Amino acid sequence: MLTAIVLLPLLGFVLNGVLATRLGGNRFGPRFVSAAGCGLPIASFLLVVKAVLELRAGGWAPLVETVYRWALIGDNSFEIAFYFDRLSAVMALVVTGVGSVIHVYSIGYMKDDEGYGRFFAYLNLFLFFMLLLVLGRSLLVLFVGWEGVGLASYLLIGFWFHDLANARAGKKAFVTNRIGDAGFLLGMFVLFQAFGTLDMDRIGAAFAGPALPAVSASLVGVLLFIGATGKSAQIPLHVWLPDAMAGPTPVSALIHAATMVTAGVYLVARMSAVYLHAPEASALIAVVGVATAFFAATIAVVQTDIKKVLAYSTISQLGFMFLALGVGAYGVAIFHLVTHAFFKACLFLGAGSVIHALGGEQDVRRMGGLARRIPLTFWSFAIATAAIAGIPPLAGFFSKDGILWYAFASTRGGSPLLWLVAAATALMTAFYMFRLLWLTFFGRSRMTPEVEHHVHESPSSMTGVLLLLAALSALGGFIAVPHFLEAQLPLPPVDEHLHAYETPLLAVSVALALAGLAAAAWLFGGPAERAERLRARFAGPHRWLSSKYFVDELYERCLDKPLVWISDRIFLRFGDRTLIDGTLHALAAIARGSAAVFGRLQTGSLHLYAWFVLLGIVGALLWSWRHV
Amino acid sequence: MDRTQLLIGVAVTLFSLGLVGVIVRRHVLVMLMCMELMLNGVNLSLVTFAQQTSTTVGAVLVFLIFVVATVEIALAIPIVLLLVRTKRTLDLGAYSELKG
Repeated sequence: MLTAIVLLPLLGFVLNGVLATRLGGNRFGPRFVSAAGCGLPIASFLLVVKAVLELRAGGWAPLVETVYRWALIGDNSFEIAFYFDRLSAVMALVVTGVGSVIHVYSIGYMKDDEGYGRFFAYLNLFLFFMLLLVLGRSLLVLFVGWEGVGLASYLLIGFWFHDLANARAGKKAFVTNRIGDAGFLLGMFVLFQAFGTLDMDRIGAAFAGPALPAVSASLVGVLLFIGATGKSAQIPLHVWLPDAMAGPTPVSALIHAATMVTAGVYLVARMSAVYLHAPEASALIAVVGVATAFFAATIAVVQTDIKKVLAYSTISQLGFMFLALGVGAYGVAIFHLVTHAFFKACLFLGAGSVIHALGGEQDVRRMGGLARRIPLTFWSFAIATAAIAGIPPLAGFFSKDGILWYAFASTRGGSPLLWLVAAATALMTAFYMFRLLWLTFFGRSRMTPEVEHHVHESPSSMTGVLLLLAALSALGGFIAVPHFLEAQLPLPPVDEHLHAYETPLLAVSVALALAGLAAAAWLFGGPAERAERLRARFAGPHRWLSSKYFVDELYERCLDKPLVWISDRIFLRFGDRTLIDGTLHALAAIARGSAAVFGRLQTGSLHLYAWFVLLGIVGALLWSWRHV
Repeated sequence: MDRTQLLIGVAVTLFSLGLVGVIVRRHVLVMLMCMELMLNGVNLSLVTFAQQTSTTVGAVLVFLIFVVATVEIALAIPIVLLLVRTKRTLDLGAYSELKG
């Protein structure tokens, strides 16, 4: 059954990719594509539900399904096996559930695109690899899925590859991920050397056992975390995610918000047995996570592209998840992953609906006053915004409050300083999200009359999905994910002295969310000069934020330029042209020169030749007389 | 001077005459004849040494040389004939453009 869950989307990829693209001569039309492209993921989702019921019936004992023995090297066998426990169940439900509704949404969003079949083929391919990643038993299968989702992400970012900028964004995402993957691979090597297996449950059991394995948990932890920073866009490998917004909006919702970018979080949670023995690696994760959350949030405050704001918000929320992982609250991180999948998918799809309504406009400076024109989109967007801002009792409030509490009080690396930075980030989150809401939906319209004339609500396949996700964003907080996962991922013990702070901190986080709301309402709800004046006063910081701390420029200066220089000067000009070409050219020149000299000898005079023969004979005779 | 030395002397003289002829003369037919002279000088020395050491290997080799020399002349004469037909001369200098 687990195999069927994984293979159904692959079937969709093959069907759509072969029959509904130019490859198979466009044999089937959009109706077939929609039916296969959405039907198979939904079937996959239903199978996941069935698997969860089976898991419960079996007393939550993990289901293992071995499909195929891939290779047998010495005594080590590498198997493609699927593993289904509480954590995989939560992930698979999110991936197939949110994935399916985004597929349905794409029917309306991509309706008039000429690459309709190709789009669904790629989306199904992505889902296949993501399920491979989530359900794989061994790190090797996980890695295949890990690379596969990277490939699907590359294909979908550059979906409209006729625009060179999109193709370049896809390439940037791919290359940046390679850096992380190098760390991941090294981590796998270390683990394999130590245990002789890559099955994650066995590695976990070895670390949980009485005798500690003879391998540095911190080394493994840091290496795997490097892989996670690439996939989950953490500092310093966060640069690809904002550019990835070049892809179609459903892609941003599915891959770059709800599922793929959370693969790093899943990896760390899955390997939590290692991190429990690696306090240094955990501390690194917490610091990187909270720093990413903070800096991405500051950038999101000044962005003007509706999708870029959401992209930085995604990076920031992923930072929150890593903060939770770093302080040992793995279940809470997965909880935030789930709620984030709901509200961020809703936000992205809402943004897609806005872009659809405005005929491709993405700049919030040319929006405004849309609340009454597209009410369904507005309401779902508003609910999701309130959810991410952490306004009770919506989904984001519960998960974010859990993270803040454990960042403060966990005995596995929690500290008031982490809490302070995270709380400041939460305040900014509320502020920039409500700013986005205000600029897009309230105030006076800043659209051109022509765009304004065409504003229309999206078709029901899109708004239906939006309302469903909005409902999940509102109610998702009541799903007790950490409690459900506690049997597998126990929550960290809390410092006894700090219990008194629990209620005040809760009040503070609610107050912060409301403060963000109030600040955004005051700044952007009133006359437009307020925000302008503020920007004029802080022109310097604003420039830093709107150019994203010049990280891209720094990387170009420090990495691209030297690399280009080395490639050009040393490899191309010296190595290729001087050394290799030069050697061959020199050999050719020697041959040509000596040929010119010997060519002179061929005069056509037979007498001269006879003389040469004579000299030759004499020489040979003399030589043999001397030496024999 | 005993007979072997005399015969070797004759052979060396024949060979040298032939060599000098090939190198010095420009007349193609004369050059061919000089080459035959050289071959005959070699033949004579082979036969002489075979006689002296009373082995037959040298004598057998002589017959091989006869065959090769005949074949060589059989090829060379038609070539020379063709050359003479186009160039109307037997002078070697006229053929130098054959070098290609």
